[in-house]
Amino acid sequence: MHFIKDRGHRPLRGDSVTPRAVYVDRRNVLGKLAAGSAGIALASWAGRDALGQTASPGKLRPLPAGKSAVSGALTMEKLTPYLDVSTYNNFSEFGTDKSDPARHAGSLKTQPWTVVVEGEVKKPGTWDIDALLKLSAMEERIYRMRCVEGWSMVIPWVGYSLAELVRRVEPTGNAKFIQFVTLADKSQMPGLRSSVLDWPYVEGLRLDEAMHPLAMLAFGLYGEVLPNQNGAPVRLVVPWKYGFKSAKSIVRIRFVDKQPKTSWESAAASEYGFYSNVNPKVDHPRWSQASERRIGDDGLLSKKRPTLMFNGYEAQVGQLYAGMDLAKFY
Amino acid sequence: MNKLLSHRVVKPLLFLLALLPFASLLHGAWSNGLGPNPAEALTRGTGDWTLRFLCLTLAVTPLRQITGWVVVARWRRMLGLYSFFYGLLHFLCYAWLDMGFDVALIVRDIPKRPFVLVGTLSLLLMLPLAATSFNRALRALGARRWRLLHRLVYAIVPLGVLHFFWMRSAKNDFAEVAWYAIIVALLLAWRAWQSWRAHRAGITEPQRVTS
Repeated sequence: MHFIKDRGHRPLRGDSVTPRAVYVDRRNVLGKLAAGSAGIALASWAGRDALGQTASPGKLRPLPAGKSAVSGALTMEKLTPYLDVSTYNNFSEFGTDKSDPARHAGSLKTQPWTVVVEGEVKKPGTWDIDALLKLSAMEERIYRMRCVEGWSMVIPWVGYSLAELVRRVEPTGNAKFIQFVTLADKSQMPGLRSSVLDWPYVEGLRLDEAMHPLAMLAFGLYGEVLPNQNGAPVRLVVPWKYGFKSAKSIVRIRFVDKQPKTSWESAAASEYGFYSNVNPKVDHPRWSQASERRIGDDGLLSKKRPTLMFNGYEAQVGQLYAGMDLAKFY
Repeated sequence: MNKLLSHRVVKPLLFLLALLPFASLLHGAWSNGLGPNPAEALTRGTGDWTLRFLCLTLAVTPLRQITGWVVVARWRRMLGLYSFFYGLLHFLCYAWLDMGFDVALIVRDIPKRPFVLVGTLSLLLMLPLAATSFNRALRALGARRWRLLHRLVYAIVPLGVLHFFWMRSAKNDFAEVAWYAIIVALLLAWRAWQSWRAHRAGITEPQRVTS
């Protein structure tokens, strides 16, 4: 395995943009599409372009969204199936096994829900989830999600840029970082009984990272509200960082002047840094970060795929880290 | 009980029973029943069963000493070989599913990650034991030397638990590791105690305390 050299934006391979069946048998498929008889998988792919939103599984409340115009926000890679996205989760508040959150998160009450915005802002306050849902137009964004454990997914999120909220609450000149605090309620979250981490789970971003249009507040996936196990009712999605940076079920957003300590940094500072940008050249002691396994796509025996710098979002976010030693600020 | 356990169907039955985890993993892989990350499920599954069989192997002698069921000693080699079998499968899962059988990559990866290193070391130490598990090898080595060699298991098992501990320490999630550690500690402590007792009683026959 070789490391991927920095070469700025990496063009997508044709076969990751277009389903194999389409480019192999284009004429036939076009005929089928025209006749309206293409298979469900293809219909959902074709529908992505036509309707601007992924076909939803019909399990939860619909959350309609328009197509995102943000650069890099719509990868055309094959989506990870809804079943995998909603049953293979790291959400320690509901247990440490990846099947635990889907089993136990039913006890999470997402209504009513409020998010406190405080700290170095001119307009602190408590936001009701309904107000947050209306704060900006909902967009569908199809992001790669790379977990620090060496696996990845492609997920159609619904939400809007975190920057929309940040601008609304008007950070003061002292605001340099944002801390995100997630719910820690023993009565709803059985995993809190274990001491895997210091609760509540806290994460953080530098203000300019938070202002990047790709950093999003997500309220849904696959055209519906978030399943509880995926961080309902509101979570962060920062696609160029390892998944754990994208805090779930957020209750507090605090603007601060100093770099806040994150939960994983407190647990093992030598393993998890504040930045935690996806970087194939900086290995974690337990997991090589040079490659990844795409859940629901790569077969059992297929080779893992190379991990891309900033998870493939280098063209969009690389300049945020210009001049920084990424091996030191991992 | 001893008589019941000595029945000639018991050992073949145990042999088949010990194959069940393998059969179930194989079936899961075949029928796409291992969840969203089948490669991880296979690697974890084979690793879990390696540790379980190592514990079972270590439990044979205390069980015999406590219950007086002499016949269980006859299962020990089979259980030990199954530990090696699952350990080898575990390594194959890693080498194949994670590393794509890229030898250069594997050689670079093993020393880079401490938990992989101790896991590999533990498996390598099992090699001479598996290789000398036949009667002919036992005769060739002589019972004394054979027994001495097979004491390597006292290093193999703790290394296996350490491997699991370091793997899990990424998440401070030690509940499962703790169970293995407690069981292994008890099984080893039993031996230490027996050995100390024998020593005090002035019994010198080594096979009584170390077998």
